[in-house]
Amino acid sequence: MAGERLRIVAGLIRVTGDWDLAEDCLQDAVERALARWPRDGVPDNAAAWLTTTAHRRALDVLRRRRTETEKLRVLTAMATFDEHSAGNAPDADPHGEAYRDDVLRLLFTCCHPALPLTGQVALTLKTVAGLSTREVARAFLVSEATMGQRLLRTRTKIANAGITFRVPDPHRVTERTAGVLAVVYLVFNEGYAGTEGEGTRDDLAAEALRLAGLVARLLPEDDEVHGLRGLLLLQHARRAARTDEAGDLVPMDEQDRSRWDRAMVSAGLASLTAARDTGRPPGSYRLQAEIAATHAMAPAAAATDWVRVVDLYDALLRVQPSPVVALNRAVALGFRDGPEAGLGALAEVEGAGELAGYHLLPAVRADLLRRAGRNEEAAAAYAEALTLVRTAAERRFLERRLREIGT
Amino acid sequence: MKYMMFVATDTAPDTSPEPQADIEVWGADVDGRGKWVMGDRLRPLEDATTVRVRSGELLVTDGPFTESKEWIMGFDILECEDLDEAIEIASKHPMARNGRLELRPFWPIDEG
Repeated sequence: MAGERLRIVAGLIRVTGDWDLAEDCLQDAVERALARWPRDGVPDNAAAWLTTTAHRRALDVLRRRRTETEKLRVLTAMATFDEHSAGNAPDADPHGEAYRDDVLRLLFTCCHPALPLTGQVALTLKTVAGLSTREVARAFLVSEATMGQRLLRTRTKIANAGITFRVPDPHRVTERTAGVLAVVYLVFNEGYAGTEGEGTRDDLAAEALRLAGLVARLLPEDDEVHGLRGLLLLQHARRAARTDEAGDLVPMDEQDRSRWDRAMVSAGLASLTAARDTGRPPGSYRLQAEIAATHAMAPAAAATDWVRVVDLYDALLRVQPSPVVALNRAVALGFRDGPEAGLGALAEVEGAGELAGYHLLPAVRADLLRRAGRNEEAAAAYAEALTLVRTAAERRFLERRLREIGT
Repeated sequence: MKYMMFVATDTAPDTSPEPQADIEVWGADVDGRGKWVMGDRLRPLEDATTVRVRSGELLVTDGPFTESKEWIMGFDILECEDLDEAIEIASKHPMARNGRLELRPFWPIDEG
């Protein structure tokens, strides 16, 4: 029914240009179904029934509002069409062109770069993923009223700034797709980072996976779409092993690899293959997926192909020069060439000064010093990291390390 | 839809070796397609005058209403289908690289 919901909402937004109306009409149709179906039985084509009911509701509301006749004409045609074709409508096919175009319009509009990023994320979760305002609010740890305001402001800007419900021009599709992917990645990271055993955060990562799957079906020719999907699947596959029974973080080299979700790893590798098959030079998501795949394919932590991982980080630094990537590269170098080499690379990152105040900087230094046997310096670095760390799980992990080196 | 496009300076212009766009070519294109309503350069900030009335008293001061490292050096009024078209037109303006452009939709007085 999720595909049906999307199709109805996207179609109604296209015809009416009214985001609230579209969601209200769908909600109304669902409520009618819940009232009627248990009594009269589920109609043969439940999807067509919902669509027609939602369209009729929209017609009623718009007639009362004396909306211009053109919108009414199109909507009448849609409602009538649905009824007579009894589910054989060409746009009822979730793989059909009309469905694809409407959902793409919805995605690109929700992720329009002229909207604030927080608004893009909220609107995507609300309208594309179909979460309630309350659910989106809970996921981002804000009140329902605050999230309601954010959604309203975002929709108001769409209307006032003249953001139309359409797919970008062909020469802009790649960069606009990158904007959509950034939103999906942000949703995933929001779910991934908040590892405090909170149900709603787990749901957020799952929502991101669903969105990535949707985008991959809609834009199969874009290599980064598959790259991102592969990255998310490969990271999410490790989820169960990332924390122990007590909810404490388990670093990758200590994870029980039998708890990695093999089916999800395979799906991630398949996405990565799809990205490679486009024949394009690897982009940032694909390179990150390649790194995740290298870890996923190592039977044990000690068997990790660190030569390949460092090479991939070098390539990633070229397409995405960022201090966080450089920090991760220093970690990989520490495994390939030993902790002293890692410390050398880390010193360069620290020297650039861009990550000042970031807890992972002293945490990585502490880990390299610990592995180099320089325990006193390591203890000082762990203590520094503890003053900067933000989540309780990471705090407990650093404290455990500090106890282990026993200084 | 009408958009006011403010043409402003920027402390971090593009330094890439891409060939510079020509303002004449840009102007001829947008005018030829009926997308350009009007536009002009504006004299520099030294020639700006700020006017206020407080408690019935007229206050006239030298300079702009905000001090900023960037300043508005001109404007164009565009008539576009939607924001995407306005963005496309703005992206071809030479000051998109040498400065920055701000698109503000008109808010017609008869609209709520």
